[in-house]
Amino acid sequence: MVPPKDTLLSIKNLRTYFNVKEGLAKAVDGVSYNINNGETLGLVGESGCGKTVSALSILKLLDIPPAEFHSGQILFKDQDLLQMTEQELNSIRGRLISMIFQEPMTSLNPVLSIGFQIDEVMINHLSINAKEARDRTIELLNMVGIPLPQKRAKEYPHQLSGGMRQRIMIALAVACDPELLIADEPTTALDVTIQAQILDIMLSLQETFNTSILLITHDLGVIAETADRVAVMYAGKIVEEADVKTIFQNPLHPYTRGLLNSVPKINKIDSANRLHEIPGMVPNLCYLPEGCSFFNRCPVRKKICQSGKPKLLNIENNHNVRCWIVQDSV
Amino acid sequence: MSEELLEIKNLKKFFPVKSGFFFKAKDHVHAVDGVSLSVKPGHTLGLVGESGCGKTTTGKTILKLIEPTDGQIFFQGENITGYTRPKMKKVRRQMQMIFQDPFSSLNPRHTIGSILASPLEIHGLADDKNMEDKITGLLKKVGLSSEAMRRYPHEFSGGQRQRIGIARALALYPELIIADEPVSALDVSIQAQIINLMKDLQEELGLAYIIIAHDLSIISHISDEVAVMYLGKIVEKALSADFYAEPLHPYSKALISAVPVPDPEFKKKRVILKGDVPSPINPPSGCRFHPRCPYRFEPCDKQEPSLKPIGKENRFVACHLKF
Repeated sequence: MVPPKDTLLSIKNLRTYFNVKEGLAKAVDGVSYNINNGETLGLVGESGCGKTVSALSILKLLDIPPAEFHSGQILFKDQDLLQMTEQELNSIRGRLISMIFQEPMTSLNPVLSIGFQIDEVMINHLSINAKEARDRTIELLNMVGIPLPQKRAKEYPHQLSGGMRQRIMIALAVACDPELLIADEPTTALDVTIQAQILDIMLSLQETFNTSILLITHDLGVIAETADRVAVMYAGKIVEEADVKTIFQNPLHPYTRGLLNSVPKINKIDSANRLHEIPGMVPNLCYLPEGCSFFNRCPVRKKICQSGKPKLLNIENNHNVRCWIVQDSV
Repeated sequence: MSEELLEIKNLKKFFPVKSGFFFKAKDHVHAVDGVSLSVKPGHTLGLVGESGCGKTTTGKTILKLIEPTDGQIFFQGENITGYTRPKMKKVRRQMQMIFQDPFSSLNPRHTIGSILASPLEIHGLADDKNMEDKITGLLKKVGLSSEAMRRYPHEFSGGQRQRIGIARALALYPELIIADEPVSALDVSIQAQIINLMKDLQEELGLAYIIIAHDLSIISHISDEVAVMYLGKIVEKALSADFYAEPLHPYSKALISAVPVPDPEFKKKRVILKGDVPSPINPPSGCRFHPRCPYRFEPCDKQEPSLKPIGKENRFVACHLKF
């Protein structure tokens, strides 16, 4: 099937496995999603659900072995990234697809100045000279709200605060006007007021350049404020996918419901009641339960749930759910 | 005053910044700069602020894990500020701490049994005969089975380790528990489990909590009172309900408006602060918030506002604006 024209990235049935001591960990187990031009897809889930691995797979930033691409396709503008050579990929990494990592403290090179690191990307990809690159670097630093960009460009990462470093990461990621920006927990390490600044910058850059964003986070608040569509992951699979309003107003999968109810809402404080809890914990990927992976923690489980793995099915327009109970009741 | 379980008055903690050939203290980091707080028995105080505002230092200074530079700490009406270590040992039985990082606050070489036994041994609350029963009881209280006793910390998940941290704090049946970011290292679904557990234990045992956190939505759910810190000072103190209904200090307003709300229909006015928190080595003159404050006017950069009572009972704000 040819994806519709405005689809920028289309992941199809991706399986990324890891060979670990305990066996085969199916970190990403048959994940499919599309990202359209100018759209923000929010990928939510708890630690270990495979959201980061699915993003790292896009740019093949995983060590093989232990990682192994078992099957699947990652179509970026109809080209399969998984089939590309390392050289072909390098012309895409940082140019057409770039990534903002979670830890601004460790993802910048400590021995190179900030200016050098941003210049380098542009010199490599855009065939411009050092002088032009530096001018653009200063422009970029200005754009992400770094005061005194000329001076800052000569400084090193340790001289900057966490929020500043994350802004540098954003400047670095958008230096070559990428078409897809992968942001892996871009604000998790930051304070709320700085988080608000960073999200603001990302959204305004998206408006200016019509960049598509894959936003990976566990923070449902961030998702509600930035994403257009949301995919919820659990144990290596997408369990629910819909537009942002539907996910928050009419969540169908018991895991999504549980997640939404377990966060206290600052606009509706109800401290008299207990928070809703999801019992138990995320299962070990090497020892998943039979049938539905969420079975052990599910409040509405029935016998049918153990009969086999449920499929991700369309329940109403573009609202996909992977749950026997929901599919049964429709 | 005696109705307060804990009261701190004008607490200060400065850390010297050493440099030069002889490592002479040239400057000081004003980590906690004149903080006054109190907690009633069985109540919860939420201490919020961004990283580097001094909230953790305040917590540690209360327990005297760090010696205060100045100020007084009263526990059950007793001034414990000048207490020596042996004297402090008795007080610490009543005050315990839960740490932020459940991965580094448990000794990896000790079994859970021996981790939980050591506070009981130190304070002579159990002997060989009843030790196992006591530990089983503690584990049961935090929702773990007794076979956990013979296992090591690495065999547990983050949420379970935080339960063990809570069990350790509970071992001595303290009156007050200071919890430093108890859930920030945990997954969303596990956070709710720990918050509910802490609330249940409070009801059962009549504990008082000081909960230090940067997450305002967690604090909104659990605390009776809230104190907001900025650069070593309290800028606003209020009952939780009043505070979340209408924050008064410009910093509190910005802080609350910055919290993302998990509801795409909820539109709000967002106050986006410019810049970062300034260095606590040379804090700004006058009001420490003035360089980032959207409402600053004449006196803000010259005169430091004091924490004054405003309108309602128990409500204090340090700001030159009129409310």
